[in-house]
Order: sequence, then structure tokens, then C-alpha cells
Amino acid sequence: MGATNAGARGNVATVPSNHRRDRERIKVRDRPGAAARWLCAALPLALAACESALLDPRGPVGRAEKTILIDSMAIMLAIVVPTIVATLAFAWWYRASNKSARYLPEWSFSGRIELVVWAIPVMVIILLGGVTWISSHQLDPAEPLSSQKPIEIQVVSLDWKWLFIYPEQGVATVNQLTVPAGVPLRFSLTSASVLNAFFIPQLGSMIYTMNGMRTELNLHADEPGTYRGLSSHYSGEGFSDMHFDVRAVAPEQFAAWVGSTRSAGARLDTAGYVALAVPSVNPPPSAYGAVEPGLFDKIVTQKVAPGPGAEPEHKAATQAPVQGTK
Amino acid sequence: MSLWGKLGWDAIPLDQPLPLISSAVVAVVITGVLAWVLVKGHLPYLWKEWITSVDHKRIGVMYIVLALVMLMRGFSDAILMRAQQSIAMNAPGFLPPDHYNQVFSAHGTMMIFFVAMPFVIGLMNFVVPLQLGARDVAFPTLNSVGFWLTATGALLVNISLVVGEFARTGWLPYPPLSELAYSPGVGVDYYLWALQISGIGTLLSGVNLVTTVLKVRAPGMSYLRMPMFCWTTLASNLLIVAAFPILTATFAMLLLDRYAGFHFFTNDGGGNVMMFMNLIWAWGHPEVYILILPAFGIFSEVASTFSGKPLFGYRSMVVATMAICIISFMVWLHHFFTMGAGADVNAIFGIATMIIAVPTGVKIFNWLFTMYGGRIVFTAPTLWSIGFMVTFVIGGMTGVLLAVPPADFVLHNSLFLVAHFHNVIIGGVIFGAFAGYEFWFPKAFGFKLHEGLGKAAFWFWIVGFYLAFMPLYVLGLMGMTRRMQHYDVAAWQPWLLAAAAGAALIFIGIVLQVVQLVWSIRHRESLRDRTGDPWNGRSLEWATASPPPMFNFAVLPNVEGEEAYWGIKQRAKQQALPEAEPDYVDIEMPRNSPTGFICAFFATIMGFALIWHIWWLVGVAFVGAFATFVVFAWRDNHEELIPAAEVARVDRANRASRSAALVGAAAAT
Repeated sequence: MGATNAGARGNVATVPSNHRRDRERIKVRDRPGAAARWLCAALPLALAACESALLDPRGPVGRAEKTILIDSMAIMLAIVVPTIVATLAFAWWYRASNKSARYLPEWSFSGRIELVVWAIPVMVIILLGGVTWISSHQLDPAEPLSSQKPIEIQVVSLDWKWLFIYPEQGVATVNQLTVPAGVPLRFSLTSASVLNAFFIPQLGSMIYTMNGMRTELNLHADEPGTYRGLSSHYSGEGFSDMHFDVRAVAPEQFAAWVGSTRSAGARLDTAGYVALAVPSVNPPPSAYGAVEPGLFDKIVTQKVAPGPGAEPEHKAATQAPVQGTK
Repeated sequence: MSLWGKLGWDAIPLDQPLPLISSAVVAVVITGVLAWVLVKGHLPYLWKEWITSVDHKRIGVMYIVLALVMLMRGFSDAILMRAQQSIAMNAPGFLPPDHYNQVFSAHGTMMIFFVAMPFVIGLMNFVVPLQLGARDVAFPTLNSVGFWLTATGALLVNISLVVGEFARTGWLPYPPLSELAYSPGVGVDYYLWALQISGIGTLLSGVNLVTTVLKVRAPGMSYLRMPMFCWTTLASNLLIVAAFPILTATFAMLLLDRYAGFHFFTNDGGGNVMMFMNLIWAWGHPEVYILILPAFGIFSEVASTFSGKPLFGYRSMVVATMAICIISFMVWLHHFFTMGAGADVNAIFGIATMIIAVPTGVKIFNWLFTMYGGRIVFTAPTLWSIGFMVTFVIGGMTGVLLAVPPADFVLHNSLFLVAHFHNVIIGGVIFGAFAGYEFWFPKAFGFKLHEGLGKAAFWFWIVGFYLAFMPLYVLGLMGMTRRMQHYDVAAWQPWLLAAAAGAALIFIGIVLQVVQLVWSIRHRESLRDRTGDPWNGRSLEWATASPPPMFNFAVLPNVEGEEAYWGIKQRAKQQALPEAEPDYVDIEMPRNSPTGFICAFFATIMGFALIWHIWWLVGVAFVGAFATFVVFAWRDNHEELIPAAEVARVDRANRASRSAALVGAAAAT
């Protein structure tokens, strides 16, 4: 996976020519050398690491989470591996047929050993608890990442697509997310109907979208690139197609993209939103050149009613073959 | 509103061959078995000895049979899912979303509620009164009602395969998806009513077992002389009593939303889905420990028996068990760190979750030191236990990892999570249940299971498990989320194919277990246990015959220390005297009662009628169930008397068989 370009779907602006060079630069810095790449090809697990979205983060949040993942794992492996080895070793050595093993038929208590077996997990948990307390506060999704002014993006999960509203730019998109690289991104999220979770694995933290509620998430893409975004909470029939491309572009290209989107698309107002909320599976990416101000707040506060029921309307509305029982 | 509510011929999914064919096969098998029972004249036997039995041993066996049958059903869903994800790379596969979503919902529901739960409850039911030196559980008829209501729930879930549909919401029906607006079909209603009815059964069973452990013990069996399995049973059933009412109340609220237009969890009308999340996980997390604690007890018994040593650090284990019992109620929020709770809340629940790892780790170390200095006999239960210890620490480690909120922010709902909970539920609960099944089978039926086939099944299971679930950890790190009907990332497919191969190995393991059972029944004479103590056991269940007489013990044992039966055997050796024949007295035992079966019959009809909105039938069935209870309550004869002569006859036969076997064994050595 990594920064693979998932291909141009729909009317997104073309990827700038220096984008590829940027990606190469990231590769040189982040990726292992040629020998290591051979190792990756040889060992399945290492291969997974090379292709793994979570182990190949492209922003500070994802990077911090990767560090926590690896550190916590290392702390625990320090006792898990010896425990597994001891289990197998004890089982083998004390097998009934081994006459050289000492048999202690009455031995069932030792205060010293009890002290140790309680102390080891307690100490590990104290250490990990410290990691948990500090990292939970540092990586609180609602906390701004820096003092730099972020780009505001409002996210609405619909049945079964994503709506992204850029309130400051006055544009909106469906099923594609274009963001400036190197600038903090501040997401406000809600859902039109059922639960979903907004997740860009290579950038870090996911967060749920819930109707009538607003959640917050701060992310940051270091460098331009195309990343995979998805819903990570099952939401019904069209769930498997609720993924989208995240295009991180240089800030000046972002401005150019906003300009071209403004001049191209239609206006998204409440009526248009209600029409959009009708269930559909995997609609192609599209864009709106203007957005009714305060639309997101109307959705969060349910001034626009929650999205319609999925099934009866949906079956009439889409041509997707549905083998229903009704 | 028609006579038959929402039910019509269109409820039968004629356009879906898969469920129709499979249910047709099941129907043929059931009809065949019923015909065989009728023709051979086994029906009176079944009715008198099993269906109306209030004997805890019979009920325990029936729970386990239910669990094994439902394991087949739940596992066939697992095969469907692995097959679908193996081929659905940029392709629709063979299961459309509508069907696939039912399959994974049914898989989780069945495996938790109708495989894992009845398996551990069945083992507790069978073993605990024997270990306590008791004649039966505290409330024998209630026990029967509890079992039959559980079976009702399982039956309703299976009916949904043919008549109507099952939920498409996942194994926990998160609103608002499970609300009428987004799931208008009967699927969620099947789910809710099946679990409401079986949940009442589970609660009754919990009340019964808690009372049994607290009040029905042999003379001298103080709390700190109880075998470890009794302690974990107590902890597990305390959790049932505390947690299952929450589940019932939560589902009742969702039912009110769906049936009566309430707004507990709806999007509109002031409903609040977060309330559902908190309530369902306030049940859901203790539920995990309801399942795993009895398994911990089984491993304790197996480790000490086959190491030829007492359990190491018994009192420490008791403390650890009760600590887990209490802390498991304080961690539920870790199931939704990603729903926007603040950093303080997330961190506190994360740390609380990790604290449970302390008593759990202590248990692992104590089993380790139980093996230390032992003479370990590698039977099939031993293999399951060692397989558990190795596998469970890995699952525990990934669990603690998921308890670190920032790690959960990227792993939540991923296949990493799926791998984690299968790692602890298969590697913990199911391995434990199989260890217990092999360990206590000779006690229940008087003959052992074939050892070689049991070991072969173990190896296929454990290798299959690692092959099926380690790739899911990797896929989680690759950003694959759960419940995907299809996907478009080519790099995921090889791992999914490996997982499917793992499922195939587990399938071979299951086939071997079926073969083992059939072979052992056919060759039971060569596997016969005449001593009642085939493993050189340490607790009281081995003091009586295999299978135990209806009254368990001709004379209640007198417990004089930890490891009651081991003590009796040691004293007998020292005194070098044959055990003197006791004075036999009349024994009062509870009478059989069809209350449970009849009540469940009406409950099944009532559940079905509620699902399809057939209100008159709901009324009829409710009156029927109520009348059954009234008839039971007015019953005059609760107990039957087994005369002392009969007790003596049974016990003398058992003693003769036992001493003949011991003499034979002595002659052989």
C-alpha cells in the first residue's frame, strides 16, 4: 500500500508533477534500504511490515501511535516470551517419563514466588499505565496539534458515502478528501443516520460519527500523497464501499484546487443534502462549488432530520442487485 | 393486520438456495433422528431420563450437546465468511451483502450465546455439585427450565434461517442501525427475542449455581477447601447474576423502541445511542469473564491432576479469581475509546483494563509453578491446557495493547481486534471447554474418549487456529477493518487465503472430534473406566462411580482438607485397610418434571409470535407458559424416596467394580 496512488476516480484535480518526486523523497527517508527491501521480500512478516498502513505512518499522529504500539508491545514481550518459553520448557522437562526431573508432589506454596508473580505483572502494568496516561492526553483526538491555524473540515457520514464540507473555502466534496500537506487538519464529524467511523490509517486516529452528536479529530499529513480513507464501523448494506481517497497536496495546489472546485460545481443546500442522504452504494466522487452556510450545524442539531431508513427506499433507489427476503 | 401478523409465504427465502439447502439437510437429519427414536421406541426413555430430568448431570450433558451442535452451525458460518473474503477481492464473491451481513451477525451471536455459554454452563452444571460433594444443585427444576429456555433461543435463531431473516447488525445490535428506521425487517426481532428468552434461562442458571456453591456443600467443605473450579464457577455466576439483568433491560428498551415507538436509542425524539453503548458493554465486558473464568477453573484442575501435584498458590488463585470478578465491571468503556470520550476517561478505563491483566498473569504463573516439580502426563486435556497457556498469553498481550487508548485509535474495529478476541475466546474458552470435555467425559459416561484421536484433533485445532488468526493480526496492521463483504486492496488477499486455510485445518480438527466420539462410543468396552477415578484425580467427583448414580454419593463424603478425594485416598493407603461399608440410609431426590420442557415449548411459540406480530398467539402461549408454572407450583410431591436397600445395592455394585479394577491393576503391575 504505502502512498500508492489509488488511481484517479472522477473529477479530482490532476496530481502535480512534483508529487512523485516528493513521494520518492519520503521513501528514501522512511523506507529501509535495498538490502532491507530484499529482506522484506523474503520474510512474510517483514513484508507485511513494509506494506502495513499502520507501520508506515505519514503524519505525526500516526507516527506517535506507531511508537506507542511498538513500545507497548516490546514492554509486554519482555514477559510474554519468557513465559511461553518457561511453559514449554517446564512441560517438557517435568514430563512423567523424565526420570532425572525432581518430583515435588507436595510443593504447592512459596511466599517468595507468590511475591514475584504478583510483582512482575504489577510493575509492568505500572509502566504501561504511565504510558497510557501520558499518551492518552498527548493524543486526545480533540486536542489541536500545534498553534498553527488549522484547515477546518466538516465530515458527514451518509448511507453509504462521505460528505466533506470546507466551511472556510465554501466548497464540499463527496467520497474524496483533498487536504493541504504540512497544515494541521481539524475535523468536525457527525452522521446523517447510523454510526460510522472515520479513519485514515496512515494519518492516525479514527473517530466515530454519530447522528445528533459532533466529534472532533485533529490530524496532519506531512507530505503530499494519496492515502486510503475508510469507514471502520459497520453501517449496513453499502458499508464495504465506504472508502475514499485522501489526496494531500502542497498548500498552493490546495488553493488552486479550491478555486477550480468553486468555479465548477453546483451549490449544496439543505434540499440538496436531503437528496444526497437517500441511500446509495458507492457513488462516484463529486464536488460542490458552494455550500449553504451553517449546513453542518443544522445536521448536528437535527434541524435537518436524520437520514431516511435504509431499506425500503434504498431498494427502490438503487439498481444494485439486492437479494432481499422481502 | 392479518391473522398471521407479518408472516406470509414470502418470508421463506426461495431466492437464496444456500440457506434453503442447508436447512433442508438439517430438517432431513432431524426428521431422521426423530423417526429413528420413534421406531426404536426410545421416546419414553428420552422423555423420562433426559427431557424431563432435573438431574444436574443430565442437564449438564444436554447443555454440552446443545453447544456442540451449535458449534457446527456457527463454524459453517465461519467457513462461509472465510470463503467469501478469500474471493471477494474486487469481486462480489458468492454472498451478497444482504446475506453476508446476516452470516457474520449469526456467527457471533451463536458462538457466544449458544456455543461458549452452554458449553461452560454445562460443564459447571455437571461438575460443581459432584466437586462440592452434593446430591444435586440448589434448584433442580429451575435448572431444567434454564436449560430449555436456552435451547428455545437457539431454536429461534435457527428458525430465522428458513422463515424470514436474521439480524444484519453484527452480534451486538448497535442502534440506530438496529432501530426500526434502519432495520425494518424481522431479523433484529429474531435476535432480540431469542436472546431475551435464553437470557432469562442463563440468569436462572446463574442464580441456581451461585446458591449451590454458597449453600449446598458436603460437610466440612468450607470455602477455602473448594476446588478451584468451584471458585471460578462462583465468580462466573455472580457475574451472570449481576450482568444479565442489564442485558435484558437493554434489549427490553430496544424492543420498546421497535415495537411501541419509544425513543431510548433512536436518532430522533431525544434518543441516545451512547446509553446503549454503555449499557450493552456494562453487560458485555463481564460476559467475557463469565466465559473465561470457568475455563481458568478447568485449567487449574487439569494442570494439578496431570502434574500429580496440588494447585500451586491456591489462595493466591482465589484472590485473583475474585479480583477479576470485581474489576471486570469497571472496564466497559474500553469498547468505545473511539467514540470521543475525553482523555481522562479513556486513560482511566485503559488503566483499569490493564489492572485485570495482573490477576490473570498471576494465574498463568501459578499454573506454571503447578507444572514445576510435577510428573506431567501428556493426555489430551494436558495438551489443550498447555496450548491454552501459550496461546492465551499472546491474546492477553494484544488485549492489553488494545487497552492503550492511542493504540486502540488505530486498531479499533480492525481485523487485529477480531484476531484478539478469537485468540482469547478460542485459545481460552474453547480450549478450556475441550479440556473439560475430555477430562470429565469418562465421569459422565463411564468410558474414556480415544486418546490418539483427541490429540490429533488438538494439533489440527491449534495449528489451524494460528494459521487462521495470525494473518488477521497482520491484516489489522495493514488497515483492514472488520465485516467487509468485499475489498479492493490486493495485498490483503494472500493473508485472507492463509486464514481460510487455517479454517480448513480447524474443520479437520472438528471432524476428528466427531470421529473420536463415534469411535469411542462404539468401542466403549475397551475404554471402560471401572474405578471412577481414571486420571488419579484429587477432588470429590472422582470419589464416586463413573457414571455417578442419580444421587451422586451413597453417603455424603466428609471433607477434611483441601483436595478432598486426594486426602481420602492418602488416608486409605496409610491405614492399608479396605474402606468399611457405610450405613446406608434412604435418600430423597427431586422428582423429574416436564415443567422446563413445556414452558420452553410455549416460550418458543411466544417468541415466534412476537417476532411476527401474531398477537393472539402471543396471548395463548403466554397463558400456556403461566399455567405450566401454576401447575408446577401446586404440585404436592416434590421428591421421591430412594430406599436404603436400593442405595446399598447400587453402591455395593460400584464398590465391587472398583475393587476388582484395583486388584486387576495391582496384578498387572
